[in-house]
Amino acid sequence: MNYFDQSLASIHKQLVNQEISAKDLTQQTLDNIKSVDPDINAFITVDDEGALKKAADVDAKGIDADNVLSGMPIAIKDNMVTKGLTTTAASKILENFKPIYDATAVDKLNKLGTITVGKTNMDEFAMGGSTENSAFKITHNPWDTTKVPGGSSGGSAAAVAAGEVIAALGSDTGGSIRQPASFNGVVGMKPTYGRVSRWGLIAFGSSLDQIGPITRNVSDNATIMNAIAGHDNHDLTSSTKEVPDFTSTLDKGVKGMKIGIPTEFMAQGLDDDIKQTVLDTAATFKKLGADVEEVSLPHTKYGVAAYYIISSSEASSNLQRFDGIRYGRRAKDVKDLEDLYVKSRSEGFGDEVKRRIMLGTFSLSAGFYDAYFKKAAQVRTLMINDFTNVFKDYDLILAPTAPTPAYGIGEDVSDPMTMYMNDVLTLPVNLAGLPGMSIPAGFSNGLPVGVQLIGRPFDELTVYQAGSTFEQETDFAKQTPKMGGNN
Amino acid sequence: MTEKISEDQVKHVAELAKLKIADDQLPYFTTQLDQIIGLFETLSEVDTDGVEPTSSVTDQINVMRDDIAENWHQRQALLDNAPDTADGYIRVPTIIDESGDNE
Repeated sequence: MNYFDQSLASIHKQLVNQEISAKDLTQQTLDNIKSVDPDINAFITVDDEGALKKAADVDAKGIDADNVLSGMPIAIKDNMVTKGLTTTAASKILENFKPIYDATAVDKLNKLGTITVGKTNMDEFAMGGSTENSAFKITHNPWDTTKVPGGSSGGSAAAVAAGEVIAALGSDTGGSIRQPASFNGVVGMKPTYGRVSRWGLIAFGSSLDQIGPITRNVSDNATIMNAIAGHDNHDLTSSTKEVPDFTSTLDKGVKGMKIGIPTEFMAQGLDDDIKQTVLDTAATFKKLGADVEEVSLPHTKYGVAAYYIISSSEASSNLQRFDGIRYGRRAKDVKDLEDLYVKSRSEGFGDEVKRRIMLGTFSLSAGFYDAYFKKAAQVRTLMINDFTNVFKDYDLILAPTAPTPAYGIGEDVSDPMTMYMNDVLTLPVNLAGLPGMSIPAGFSNGLPVGVQLIGRPFDELTVYQAGSTFEQETDFAKQTPKMGGNN
Repeated sequence: MTEKISEDQVKHVAELAKLKIADDQLPYFTTQLDQIIGLFETLSEVDTDGVEPTSSVTDQINVMRDDIAENWHQRQALLDNAPDTADGYIRVPTIIDESGDNE
């Protein structure tokens, strides 16, 4: 199957018309991964046996003509637990971990008949923006294999961009779906906090984490969001709000829509090509009948500091569970329990994870809590207020997704400060819990550039509507990298 | 540049987090953490007097549920994930040092 020319709907049609069986589609997907992935390294685990068995089950039951996901092979980021299928979060500490249940988002897809072909590479525990912090492998950007795929959902985004799968799930704590989507020329949605259950997502920053789809186009993205959204008794922060049909307004246009571009997002550190892409996108929206104006989010420059204090503090608590006792790596030759904890964790975690744990522990420790954690939580309130003010007058915010296109492998990884500053445009959305989607909107020296559409809380509909309208008007999403598949 | 965090403090924080930083790695971690904490301190410019801190953005407040135990019938699968087991239990090394008890 050449996924470059397909959508969920076009594949579904072939399945329904029995032009292809779920088993053949799955086999072709696995073959595709086998031929393409040695150059990309998007997958940590490929589950040939499990995928083919599930596909045979779907075929036996028959493809459900009313369910576009029936028999659809997809990929899952390796920080979502999958029953019986090794789940590592790209960490040595979970090298051989076999979960006993499925994450709710995965379970919902499974029940609709999707077929998990494998688990994708990521920065260890989702901490990073290039997938270079994986304990296992470096993922390459399909558009230029000397470049990073972004991160932390770099494996999921690269797998979709390289045509290995039609769709994948990612997770986003400070930009980890949107930034790799931008770097790979695909569509990535981080929904409103609480829209999708976090049950079974290996926790990083619990007040920030959300699961979302990565796809080739907006309509596919909305279709998968329909499947994974909704309240879950296993995650009591998941919202009881009604879930709309996210595909229902894709063709409604943007006429009369009020769109704001935050001046602060267009300021320092932005590549010229990125800035131009946002301005071109704004011109397209204007042409289609939207009002586009500059707006202000005055606390933007404090976002990186607030985010790294909050997310690291939450991580330091969440990652206490990795102690070498009940699961995961246990150090050898230990003299007592304390020694076991310390050695197992010190051997099992990579440097970036250790840095974050220590930053969080420091920010929460006696004598520093008020100056760091509490202060950051107050600045978070001010940032939320900034967004609330803008959304009084505007339906949507348009912004760059990342300050640069994909950079070279090895360029940034040794300098955490540079890495952290790269998240400046995505993390405000997590701090405020808003829906944000990156869509392909241009190119810079042959590398894709995405722009971000940010909506009011629980207004993914408007985000999808505007994204789809832009996509119909332009052909950025139709571009494919020169490698992989049948190209 | 004034030091935001010393090597001794990094050692202490690592200890609190049950991590051991090797002596030869200490300067590397200290320099990086020092830079990042320097960035954190830019927040002191922001006037936050009277501003409520935000700890979560969920729209769900104090959701209650019944506390009911549920048997997942996966005892063996759980034990299979444990690094060391004996007789259906997870085995851990000595927790309490009893070597002095006979004195």
